[in-house]
Amino acid sequence: MATLITHSPILIIAIPLVAAFLTPLIGMAGSKARNTLVVVSLTFVAFLVFALARDVVANGIRVYTLGSASPSLTIPPGSMVPVRIILEVDAMSIFFGIIWAIVSLAAAMFSLSHIADETGQNRFYTLLLLMVTGGFGMMFTGDLFNLFVFLEIASISGGALIAFRTRSADTQEGGFKYIVVSAIAGLMILFATGLLYAQYNSLNMATLAHVIQFTASDKIALALLLVAFTMKTGMVPLHLWFPDAYSVAPASITGMLVITSHACMYAAFRVCFTLYGGVIDGLVVGWIIVITGLLTMFVGVTMAVFQKDVMRFMSYHAISQLGYMWVGVGVGLAVLGTPELGTYGRDAMTGGIFHILNHAMYKPLLFFTGGALFHCTGTRDLAKMGGLAHKMKWTAILYIIGTLSISGLPPLNGFSSKILIYESVYRFHPILTMTGIIVSILTLASFTKAFHSAFMGAELPEYEKVREVPRSMIIGMVILAAGIVFITLFPAQVVGWILRPAANALIDQGAYINAVMGAIP
Amino acid sequence: MERVLLNFPFVAAALLVGISLYIIIFKRNLIKLIMGISMMASGVNLFLVALGYRAEGNAPIYTEVPAGRMVLPVPQALTLTSIVINVAVLALMLTMVIQIYRHTGSLDAEKSRRMKG
Repeated sequence: MATLITHSPILIIAIPLVAAFLTPLIGMAGSKARNTLVVVSLTFVAFLVFALARDVVANGIRVYTLGSASPSLTIPPGSMVPVRIILEVDAMSIFFGIIWAIVSLAAAMFSLSHIADETGQNRFYTLLLLMVTGGFGMMFTGDLFNLFVFLEIASISGGALIAFRTRSADTQEGGFKYIVVSAIAGLMILFATGLLYAQYNSLNMATLAHVIQFTASDKIALALLLVAFTMKTGMVPLHLWFPDAYSVAPASITGMLVITSHACMYAAFRVCFTLYGGVIDGLVVGWIIVITGLLTMFVGVTMAVFQKDVMRFMSYHAISQLGYMWVGVGVGLAVLGTPELGTYGRDAMTGGIFHILNHAMYKPLLFFTGGALFHCTGTRDLAKMGGLAHKMKWTAILYIIGTLSISGLPPLNGFSSKILIYESVYRFHPILTMTGIIVSILTLASFTKAFHSAFMGAELPEYEKVREVPRSMIIGMVILAAGIVFITLFPAQVVGWILRPAANALIDQGAYINAVMGAIP
Repeated sequence: MERVLLNFPFVAAALLVGISLYIIIFKRNLIKLIMGISMMASGVNLFLVALGYRAEGNAPIYTEVPAGRMVLPVPQALTLTSIVINVAVLALMLTMVIQIYRHTGSLDAEKSRRMKG
């Protein structure tokens, strides 16, 4: 077991990668064998992630040096700097890893019957597993260039999956927009990596953080990295591709795309807090992030109110929710290094991170219910649906859970994180809390409207033959709903177990550097 | 003079990135957009390779290397990886454009943008 945990950082990345290339081979033996392979490998990865999480929370940061005699030997003998590729897993990375493990497993389960009628399923699962690899890689890597590589792996497979249903033009368009945005963002990150490498001769984030000076070209690199990651996250004003891509993908993939967007957010936090942690002008960058977050919250929700397409409607809400996380963590960045960090900054960051966890549970759930509606009715237009609660009881119940959670109604988990954000950011600036509450009310209003038009009312004659969705789709949704219920019942335990360590890991830049560079005074 | 020559690749990279940005923002033809992205990739790759160059350096191959300084190997490795990734991105974008053309019969970004949001 100890050996397994020692090697788990690389295993978590390698198992989905190997499984991805085994999928077409095993797929020749039949779809049952292939589905088993996908589910078993993802379940095993989820098990490893939880084991690693327990270890990281108890024993601190875990590093894994690829190709060296011992995984913890970050700096080879006779050298002053790390030259190998290093994976570095701290509480923040493993927190995102947990989310990704749960959601990818749920998405795979959901896909089993959601795409059962499509051709090219072997390729679908290959790409899905590659996307899982890319996501884990982004979260666990301690190397700036590897971040770029894994980001591209996740984007290429994600783009191909968005365009998976080639029979209509809108999927191709959504996939094309996604891949163009990813390509441009990737090149910006590569350029910034080059700028940093030119000055400090290193690609390792801990080494760079140790020596960084914040010269003019460092500032350019920071700006490039931030713009690239906000673009990939889907923040206003760079959000225009987001609903186009999210609404046309198969619903299981939309759920996973939400988490790749969170992974890009993780990368942005990592850059701000860890890479530039010691030298960054926190107040300026923090305010920029907070204002972007506010804009995102407000624009996302106001656009969502008018949408008639169920997936598009949910995508705009996804944009709006991203704003909460940025506001929470942005306030933490703005007060980084000042006494206010202890009084409310840390709480704001914990709230933001808590909201990431909640959003990662209810948003894929809502996308899955939207996909279930599409699966049964063949349309995404809310105006054409109606009376579906009679036929699809499970979907209706799960949709209600997701709606109550996203609107932040007590006692659901969305409320716990939002109240944590509201209370702490109020002390930074009251306007943040006011916007947050208004956005929350609008969210509830529009979700109620959508629920009414899709599920309530008399049964429509054209949906006479509609049946409840197949069992594996319900299992996929129930996994996420169970997550919501768990967080609702034990918010304090969840915060104490993983969220506070994650927030502290972001703040404590020194520990991240020391894990690679050794104890340097 | 030597200084100008050494900085020349950086100027070229900046020009490539600048032209490609113009293309990406202002051109409506999807194939031209893809060409712009490809050019931008070339610009960034040129920047990386130029970073690693040392005046009169040798190729960084460790067997029977002549005395003197070497060119940095890391940026070259980065560039190779980046080229491979960009080929994949390029191929994927082209397949999607082919599909878009099949469905809409047009390569105009404004015309194919049928969904408004």
